[in-house]
Formats: sequence, structure tokens, C-alpha cells
Amino acid sequence: MDLLQRFAAGDPDAFEALFREHQGEVYRWIVRIVRDPAAAEDLTVETLWRLYQARGRLDPRGNCAGWLRRVATNLAIDHLRRSRPFEPLAAEPPGPAQPDCAAQQQERAAIRAALAELSPRLRIVVRLGLIEDEPYASIAESLGISAGAVKLRMFRALRILRKKLEQRGVRP
Amino acid sequence: MTHKPSGDFAEDQLRERLRSAEPPIDAGLRRDLWPRMLERIGEAPRGSQERLWPFAVPWFDWALAGIVGATIAFFPALIPALLYHL
Repeated sequence: MDLLQRFAAGDPDAFEALFREHQGEVYRWIVRIVRDPAAAEDLTVETLWRLYQARGRLDPRGNCAGWLRRVATNLAIDHLRRSRPFEPLAAEPPGPAQPDCAAQQQERAAIRAALAELSPRLRIVVRLGLIEDEPYASIAESLGISAGAVKLRMFRALRILRKKLEQRGVRP
Repeated sequence: MTHKPSGDFAEDQLRERLRSAEPPIDAGLRRDLWPRMLERIGEAPRGSQERLWPFAVPWFDWALAGIVGATIAFFPALIPALLYHL
């Protein structure tokens, strides 16, 4: 009997094993979307709490990792909706060692602001698809939509981003 | 993949700019979150935990079963009446 079957059957020890098995992967997925380690930790606990709550309804033969990723994605989207439109990115690594000129910093801020103005449904596709290089199929599965729908969202997101960057004076 | 008017960002250019503004994150979990989950489980209303575990039965159901069992044991003549009310 595997962990998920034991968990669905009501074995409390199986939940701890499942938690430890999946917490890292769930966190990595969420932090790439919300880009805030503290929020990602909260959302990881919330995601696995949803698993705990769903134990009576779980299909023991189901794909636990896929289920968790969908829940994590939905929670991350909700977090993006609640967050302020443009705030400093807590996950941003310390700047490069070389001196960064003001114009570059300004441009980066403009790009971040333009990205933050996208709706969470479009922002998540840009972050995962363009920045993190996640395959469309994987993004589609996590959002519960088709790969074609992901491409369409990417197309719309890029069109909006180009327009917003142009408005902010950021040129190719 | 995307059609763009001339003078606009190509997708690769845009990707590069986005990555310079928001670098890809390759961060793993820095600590075990299990203690936080234990706190969360401990904070959950007792009623909801009882409801969630498939084999947990509230105390009053056990009390009712005990009363019915005792009634049947001491007053077997009441069995038809009990069956009538089920």
C-alpha cells in the first residue's frame, strides 16, 4: 500500500511522510510564481493543509503531485490578486557586483511595474513560461487548461506587455 | 510564435529584458515546514477534525448506541417498537 493509499485510509503517519515528500516541490513551484519566500512558505503549508482536509475524498490511485500543483497554482493566483499591484520583490537576489547604472535600474523597475499590471492569470503564464522556461504542457496542467489556451494567454500577455513598455519609454 | 509590428520587442528580446528585471528563481525550501503544519492541525476546530477522519464518531453517537443496546438487553419486548421507529 503506497503513502497516498495509507493516507486516504486514515493513517496519520502517512500524512507526515507525504508532507515531507512534497513540501520542497510545492514550495519551488509557488515561489517561482509569487517570488516571495515568506509568502511561498505560507502557501506551501496552505496547499498541504488542503490535502489534509481532502483526505476523505481523495482517490488513492490519483496523481498526488499533480493535484498539489493545481491547488498550489490556484492559491498562488489568489495571492497575486490580493497583493498590491507593484511592490518590491522579496525574492529578488542581491544585485550584481558590477555598478549598475541608473538607466538600467529604471528600466528594470519599469519592466517589473508593467509585469505587475498584468492580471494574475496572464502574469503567471509569463513568469512560468518566459522567465522560468517551464514547458507549456506543465503550465497547462497546473492551471487546468489546454496547452493551446496557455499559448493564447502568452500571446495576449506579450501584446499587453509590449504596449505597457512602450508607454513607459522602454524600447527594444 | 507571436506576430509583432516592426519596432516592437521580439519575444526573445522581451524574455531577456524580463529576466534581467526578474531573474529566474532557483531557490529550494530553507527549512522544514512540518512543525508549522503540526501547529495548523492543532489549531483546527476539533469538530472539523472529527468530521474529516473517516473512522471518528462523535461521542453522542456512541452514547445513543449504548442506550439502544442497553434497552434491547434489558427490555427485549421493546424491539418491535424500536424497529417501528427506525
